[in-house]
Amino acid sequence: LKHVEILDAKTKDKLCFLDKVGNIFTFNPQWYPARQSIRLDPKGKSLKDEDVLQHLPVGTTATFYFRDLGAQISWVTVFLTEYAGPLLIYLMFYFRVPFIYAPKYDFTTSKHWVVHLACMCHSFHYVKRLLETLFVHRFSHGTMPLRNIFKNCTYYWGFAAWMAYYINHPLYTPPSESTHTQTLNIQLHIFCQIGNFSIHIALRNLRPPGSKTRKIPYPTKNPFTWIFLLVSCPNYTYELGSWLGFTLMTQCLPVAAFTLVGFIQMTVWAKGKHRSYLKEFRDYPTLRSPILPFIL
Amino acid sequence: MASGEEDGTVEEKETNNKKRTKGAIATAWLTFYNIAMTAGWLVLAVAMVRYYLQKGTHKGLYRNIARTLKFFQTFALLEVGHCAIGIVRTSVIVTGVQVCSRIFMVWFVTNSIRQNEESVILFVVVWTITEITRYSFYTFNLLNHLPYFIKWARYNMFIVMYPLGVIGELLTIHASLPYVRRSGMYSLRLPNKYNVSFDYYYFLIIVMLSYIPLFPQLYFHMLRQRRRVLHGEIVVEKDE
Repeated sequence: LKHVEILDAKTKDKLCFLDKVGNIFTFNPQWYPARQSIRLDPKGKSLKDEDVLQHLPVGTTATFYFRDLGAQISWVTVFLTEYAGPLLIYLMFYFRVPFIYAPKYDFTTSKHWVVHLACMCHSFHYVKRLLETLFVHRFSHGTMPLRNIFKNCTYYWGFAAWMAYYINHPLYTPPSESTHTQTLNIQLHIFCQIGNFSIHIALRNLRPPGSKTRKIPYPTKNPFTWIFLLVSCPNYTYELGSWLGFTLMTQCLPVAAFTLVGFIQMTVWAKGKHRSYLKEFRDYPTLRSPILPFIL
Repeated sequence: MASGEEDGTVEEKETNNKKRTKGAIATAWLTFYNIAMTAGWLVLAVAMVRYYLQKGTHKGLYRNIARTLKFFQTFALLEVGHCAIGIVRTSVIVTGVQVCSRIFMVWFVTNSIRQNEESVILFVVVWTITEITRYSFYTFNLLNHLPYFIKWARYNMFIVMYPLGVIGELLTIHASLPYVRRSGMYSLRLPNKYNVSFDYYYFLIIVMLSYIPLFPQLYFHMLRQRRRVLHGEIVVEKDE
């Protein structure tokens, strides 16, 4: 039987000690379990929910350090909110709801076919994301800090409004490219949407329901996953491709800006994921790059 | 075995030497930079005082010193580089925001508009006093010979200077609005092939509004630094 004491990581005050490990909920009711970060070293990494006291490197007296992670919100909630916004906002601009453009344009529709197509692509993209959040993704963490929802929603909603305003504007100038080039752009967008979905399915299948195991992803029978041979995070590669297609299709500078910012952020994430794959797996394939084959 | 060890220590010595020379070059450059900037802003201060004494008025003073001001203020872009390559330990973002806001004022607000001279003089005077204090603080720090009054000035004068400067800047931007609206300068209208538009008038309004969240953050950052520096001093005195 072990004697366990829990100290505050910053002040080293003794918060409580336990003979049988219960939970710190009783000390401060504000500190619900998702907010609790418990670690063996004040500056070290958090212990996982699944860790068992018996298997930790402690003696007969175990000292844990507690840190309050701040108010938390579930990943699912954040994703649903940040994706529902652009879907609805874009449609408001598409249908030219009053108070956006001059009154004589209220509830009119654009005469350019590319505007209708753009609305379909954009809407389908976010419907896909919402459905993936509900049915496909298996999240490693249950929650994230509350302030993230404000940051993320500002980004997604803000850019969606900025793009939608110009694409659906009565004075929108459609690209002068030939129908042939436009067809290629649309095909690129659709190809990458399917690719992105294929990768999400492949990643989901790596992980049995309810588990949080991590494995190296490999190409499957689906040709869209063969890109795993060259790239660690092909979901980001395909995402970039989708938005590139959308940018070329609409020839709208705000869309290009959104694609660029997204690319930078995804590259940062891809490099991090690539690094953790390399650290965790000795036999990680050496041919793979984080996001762009051979380049990045 | 023995020779292997020797090689190891020789390599170590070489890398240590390289680090020390890099550090020495960085210090030499920073010292030169800070002395030059202190001198530059002193020149500005002297020019402003001389103008006022000779002409007895502040009208036309800004136009008189505008070129020198633009030169030294633009040169400050190097400070972002210093943070980026790590020879100065400050956040690139904080420095970037500070320098960009200065450059914006000097090249885009005052440069292109006939404006209220009083508010311009206000922030230029504030900037001059602040920069002379700041650069001389850095210079003496690098020379390891920091007179107490310079440290005192750097960590106390901002309490008054910072808000005064902000008032001057905001009044100037506000005064430029009618001219911007009338001339439609720096603006891009629809339709155009990039399918984007930019209205400089509303942009300036957004810039003014952005002072509301940004200014308190920078102000409290300085207040926290001040408390840390002065608090540290008190502890040392107690020990002695």
